[in-house]
Amino acid sequence: MKLTRRALLATGLASMAMPRMAFAEGETIKVGVLHSLSGTMAISETTLKDTMLMLIEQQNAKGGLLGKQIEAVVVDPASDWPLFAEKARELLTVSKVDVMFGCWTSVSRKSVLPVIEELNGLLFYPVQYEGEESSKNVFYTGAAPNQQAIPAVDYYLNELGVQKFALLGTDYVYPRTTNNILEAYLIAKGIPKEDIFVNYTPFGHSDWSKIVGDVVALGADGKKVGVISTINGDANIGFYKELAAAGVTADKLPVVAFSVGEEELSGLDTSNLVGHLAAWNYFMSADTPENKVFIDTWKAYIKDDKRVTNDPMEAHYIGFNMWVNAVTQAGTTDVDAVADAMIGQTFPNLTGGVAEMLPNHHLTKPVLIGEIRADGQFDIISQTDPVPGDAWTDFLPASAVLEADWKDLKCGMYSKETSSCVQLTSNY
Amino acid sequence: MRAILQPRHRSALVFLAGLALFTLCVTVAAHFGLVSTSFVKTLGKTLCLCLAALAMDLIWGYAGILSLGHMAFFALGGYMIGMWLMYARTEEIVIASLLNGGLPATPEEISQGIATQIFGVVGASDLPAIWGFAHSLPLQLTLVVALPGLLALVFGWLAFRSRVTGVYLSILTQAMTLALALYLFQNDSGLRGNNGLSGLQNLPGVTAGQDTVSVWFFWASALALALAYVALHSIVSGKFGSVIRAIRDDEARVRFLGYSVESYKLFAFTLTAVICALAGALYYPQAGIVNPAELAPIASIYLAVWAAIGGRGRLYGAVIGAAVVSLLSSWFTGGRVPSIPLGFATINWVDWWQVLLGLTFVLVTLFAPKGIGGLFDRLAGVHAPDRKGAPLGPDDGSLQEKEAQE
Amino acid sequence: MRFLSLIAAALCWLAAVPAIGQTAGEIVAQNRDQIARPSRQTIGPVIAALAASGDPMADDILSAWADKRLVIRKSDDVLLLSAPEGDDLALTALDGTAAGNTAPSEVTALRPNAGVRGLIATALVQFTLSDPDPAKRRAALASIAQDPKAEALEPLRAAIDGEDDPALKAQKQRLERLLTLRFDPDSAARVAAISSFGSDLGLDLRGALNPMVATSRIASATPPDANVARELRPGRDLTEAEAYDLLVDANLAPARLTLEVQRAALLANLKDGAVGGVPVAELNTQAARDRAYTALEASGVVPVAATDDEAAAALATARFYEVYAEPDRAVTDAAKAALGRIGTTVGAMQTADLALDGLSLASIYFLAAIGLAITFGVMGVINMAHGEFITIGAYTGYVVQLYIPNYTASILIALPLAFVITFAAGVALERLVIRHLYKRPLETLLATFGVSIALQQALKNIFGTQARPLTSPAWLDGAWVLNAVVSISYIRIAIFVLALAFLGFFLWLMKRTRLGLEVRAVTQNPGMAASMGINPDRINVLTFGIGSGIAGIAGVAIGLFAKVTSELGTDYIVQSFMTVVVGGVGSIWGTLAGATMIGGLQKVIEFFNPSNTLAAQTYMILFIILFIQFRPRGIIALRGRAAGD
Repeated sequence: MKLTRRALLATGLASMAMPRMAFAEGETIKVGVLHSLSGTMAISETTLKDTMLMLIEQQNAKGGLLGKQIEAVVVDPASDWPLFAEKARELLTVSKVDVMFGCWTSVSRKSVLPVIEELNGLLFYPVQYEGEESSKNVFYTGAAPNQQAIPAVDYYLNELGVQKFALLGTDYVYPRTTNNILEAYLIAKGIPKEDIFVNYTPFGHSDWSKIVGDVVALGADGKKVGVISTINGDANIGFYKELAAAGVTADKLPVVAFSVGEEELSGLDTSNLVGHLAAWNYFMSADTPENKVFIDTWKAYIKDDKRVTNDPMEAHYIGFNMWVNAVTQAGTTDVDAVADAMIGQTFPNLTGGVAEMLPNHHLTKPVLIGEIRADGQFDIISQTDPVPGDAWTDFLPASAVLEADWKDLKCGMYSKETSSCVQLTSNY
Repeated sequence: MRAILQPRHRSALVFLAGLALFTLCVTVAAHFGLVSTSFVKTLGKTLCLCLAALAMDLIWGYAGILSLGHMAFFALGGYMIGMWLMYARTEEIVIASLLNGGLPATPEEISQGIATQIFGVVGASDLPAIWGFAHSLPLQLTLVVALPGLLALVFGWLAFRSRVTGVYLSILTQAMTLALALYLFQNDSGLRGNNGLSGLQNLPGVTAGQDTVSVWFFWASALALALAYVALHSIVSGKFGSVIRAIRDDEARVRFLGYSVESYKLFAFTLTAVICALAGALYYPQAGIVNPAELAPIASIYLAVWAAIGGRGRLYGAVIGAAVVSLLSSWFTGGRVPSIPLGFATINWVDWWQVLLGLTFVLVTLFAPKGIGGLFDRLAGVHAPDRKGAPLGPDDGSLQEKEAQE
Repeated sequence: MRFLSLIAAALCWLAAVPAIGQTAGEIVAQNRDQIARPSRQTIGPVIAALAASGDPMADDILSAWADKRLVIRKSDDVLLLSAPEGDDLALTALDGTAAGNTAPSEVTALRPNAGVRGLIATALVQFTLSDPDPAKRRAALASIAQDPKAEALEPLRAAIDGEDDPALKAQKQRLERLLTLRFDPDSAARVAAISSFGSDLGLDLRGALNPMVATSRIASATPPDANVARELRPGRDLTEAEAYDLLVDANLAPARLTLEVQRAALLANLKDGAVGGVPVAELNTQAARDRAYTALEASGVVPVAATDDEAAAALATARFYEVYAEPDRAVTDAAKAALGRIGTTVGAMQTADLALDGLSLASIYFLAAIGLAITFGVMGVINMAHGEFITIGAYTGYVVQLYIPNYTASILIALPLAFVITFAAGVALERLVIRHLYKRPLETLLATFGVSIALQQALKNIFGTQARPLTSPAWLDGAWVLNAVVSISYIRIAIFVLALAFLGFFLWLMKRTRLGLEVRAVTQNPGMAASMGINPDRINVLTFGIGSGIAGIAGVAIGLFAKVTSELGTDYIVQSFMTVVVGGVGSIWGTLAGATMIGGLQKVIEFFNPSNTLAAQTYMILFIILFIQFRPRGIIALRGRAAGD
């Protein structure tokens, strides 16, 4: 019985100890890094954490920001979605960070959204996503569907003459929404519904023989088949191995992927996959001086000559530099002032051209289509002019009437039909 | 009064007093801003986890059924309350937005608007049938208890009837939670697939800030824990408790004594499922999001681990185990634990915490099967009898008080 | 619309007058911008002009362009042909004169996309169909097969007789018949070509036949002047709503009123807080809105929408047809008959292919579970770290490949090495942990779970979170193809063989060796076995080690066809346990039956619901749960003493 009390005391002590830890503050500007370092998403997100640390180190070497050093606060939400919300709250209220860079999956972003909107935080989200969102407190530095999926489909229709589509995706919200948008888009382009085959697989799926067989069999009606893959993460490895084994060459049956970059390809031998496609806003093989510098710095920072760079890394690169410029311009790290200063910020892309932050909190970005090479890199075969990111897609009736504009309309979900703001906070 | 003060109730009284004191301290601290809102939320959530661990202790520590699927009921409870929270919150937004449309909205337009908002572009504009009760808080609250309870009843009836026991039952319950998780993962199941239900911390119609709401939920969680503790304590210290302990120690013997073993097990299974569901219904509005990953088999294994580390067969053990492990986890993953430089390498706790945790399970199981509760025994002077290497019973990790006090 | 523009582009290309007298170099110079950034839709005439120029360099320029060997020299912005020569590139000017060597960084290669490369390949066909190099002839055939065109028919026919390679000749003949059945002007020749295939399963044949029998639906007041497949009845062959939509498409009926249009019309006629006499406040039901709209119709402010009666009347007067796109009746009949013949065979073959897929999945599950069948099935030890042993095996394969670049040799070394490493890990686990917990099976589960998460995170810390490559040797690349429907990759066949080998090994070990005898003795009654002079400790260690070692080998095999990450094993652990439990604990045949059932069932469910693989897994697990309720001891239940408890 003595002990019960002691145990409770211990719990109480723990409870007092934890927040106190955080009060050790200096004269620094704090940047929260909210990427999973363990669990299933660690495979993708750890790289982004390292990218952020590299960018912060570089900035500090340049003399910091507003005369202060930048301090990174790294937390591990462990691929556990509720934990993202908890860690975001902790970063904002306990560590009192000025800005956060983080999240990868849509569900983690949706988990964090209510917290940062409530506490008026600032988040830079670096990954291509399904759109249909524009929050006052989030800047989306990854691609919206019209900056990745739609141009890729146009490429299929116009350049490859694909007449029949297989939309393969992992069963979660990004593929689901993207495929819905693409289905509507394809039907508008005159592709009949029965020529669109859709399949969803679980995360980490590895048994692809039947699905690949099904897709090959789609060619039986004489139409040219193309695969649009929103398969996520390491499930791609089994998928591509099966494609290679089944002798599916890019000439016969091209596959364009939205989630496969240099990082994913480093996990397999690409000699049998030459010619398959990926659509991104950045490829490591982009031939510009900025990119060369970025790659060299990255390799030096990570002390590994074989490490690759990828699209979300570029997104953080642009996002962080824009934030630095916005803070310098505003002269403060105050969220509202910085958010206002962010709109209209420009920064050079690593692939050439200039990215601009739009009033809907999305970037203008060029769309690149690359063909896989035998060395795991991509040959850039098509590069568009910068495309402005569209928060609400025009190809679905429910969202075609919506608009996001944080400059004049001050609303992320503005209905053009009723000329009113549907809601100020986000629809999580 | 006398009855309550009997020695066998002593641990419960101490526990309740401690919980009350703790609640009071946190409330005062929160009021004066000494602890952050996120920490109050963490504590509130921890209390809910303690509640689930309490249920786990009844089913495993007392009834000897190692269920690896109780987090399924926990998450289901969260889903049921989450459906109402999402629906009600969205309804407010939709009605307000349709008011701007010129014509008063028809019920069809409202329900269509809600569906479009909740499902975004992923679903149709019709609400799936399972959202049929989501408009009503009382109905949905009934479902919090009824649905997991019914699931447990059917599953338990099938399993116990065909005498699935031991590790087979564990694997079966694990399969159950996996099947449910995969089902919810599917977008077609109508519960928003992988995204799950989110934004649950915003209570519809409540204008108070999260700093206040978090304290309300903290109180509610503490109250639920206290009530459940009292209820379970009175159950296990009565005849029912003796029978289920007997089932744990020798099921066949109890059956031959004429008890309906299956009924006892089924009752315990269903009751704990309902407690877990209630805990979940309190937990997820604090966490803010519930999604299928919460039902992953590993979550339920963690629940078992908490009970094991805290000490099985003692209600307070489960509570302590859950609190200690989950708070430690939260601390180590918070990134504020200093790294240990070893010269050749640096131990970064974010990376190595899981390894430490895993090894702790092993060590506790091997060397302290009674868990943290074993410490209490030692200090209370309760020693296991020396049986010269012979086992105490089939499940000697659990507290077997009669024998242990010989 | 898009197709029209494509056809137009093709026509332009045909019409493009060969620029006689121009050299290839001049044509390239004229169209420099287009060539630097080509689009399939506009580049056609340029390629055609090059192909028709008669310049001997045209062939070289086109093939270099398609191979991404046409480069721009950065220093003077000149287009050149390049060929790798050591580390450098040997450059050739467009008129064929050598232009020296340069480093690859000094030039930018043009990268035409796959669509443009296809056009180039088609244009090159005329040069290469009778090329002395068989590889080029094969590429030309592939290009025609890829994109069959009427104009390829004549050159192809001309190239058949001179072909001396029998395989290529057969290929050419087949392709000629495929083109004939599509493009020959003579109906009889097409029908003959169709029937010449019999019930050939080729995807290319079906690809040629199916568009001929493709139909579209039309509504028409009079019988249409087309190749009609059949007449449709609303309510029987198509729903009335679909039929009405066809009517609207054919301009035979007015469109129906949608709710959005109605709402807009009401809003537009909102006057003094009322629409058509109905106050706005009352418009919150559909019935009231309909009333208001009818009032507006009556006053003539809005167009009259079709009522249900009118729609029914319109449907009754119109007729609906399914019409073939192909106008020739004889050809559609022949194609239909041929497809009917093929269809039966395809159905049978699809079943066979599904069975193969199921068998392959079963062998993977079996391989993952066979180690468990020993540790859990025979010894009754729940080892949650089994999955991590599989992972360790896969990582062993990766590490070996880091040091031994020859894939065949590395796999041959990795397999035994993985066994040794996981055997050692298993022995360590047994000695340090499991030995103490034989009497507490549920706690073994917990302790090994602890080992599992510790190992998983440790692997993550050591190897990083990225997937690591584990590449199969070249002789396992590709697939065994029986016909166009049935095929299976060699790597899956290898896994199947490996699974069979382990089944044999297990049976031999348990039934034919001293060790097996002792294992069975110890598992049935350790006390009695010990009094017979068997050392139960030694037996337990060995058995556990062997079970773990097999998991390591399974890891190498699984890593070869899937990914190598620290979560590889986790994906298989629950399934593996279920395989063992469903099959019946303690019997290797049970495990085999369990794996076959789970794998086969999953594929069958996938077959019925091809768009959602996740659903297949869900229902499969549900089935397993129900199955265990009704057969708690699994498919093959041991009886008597061997059953243990």
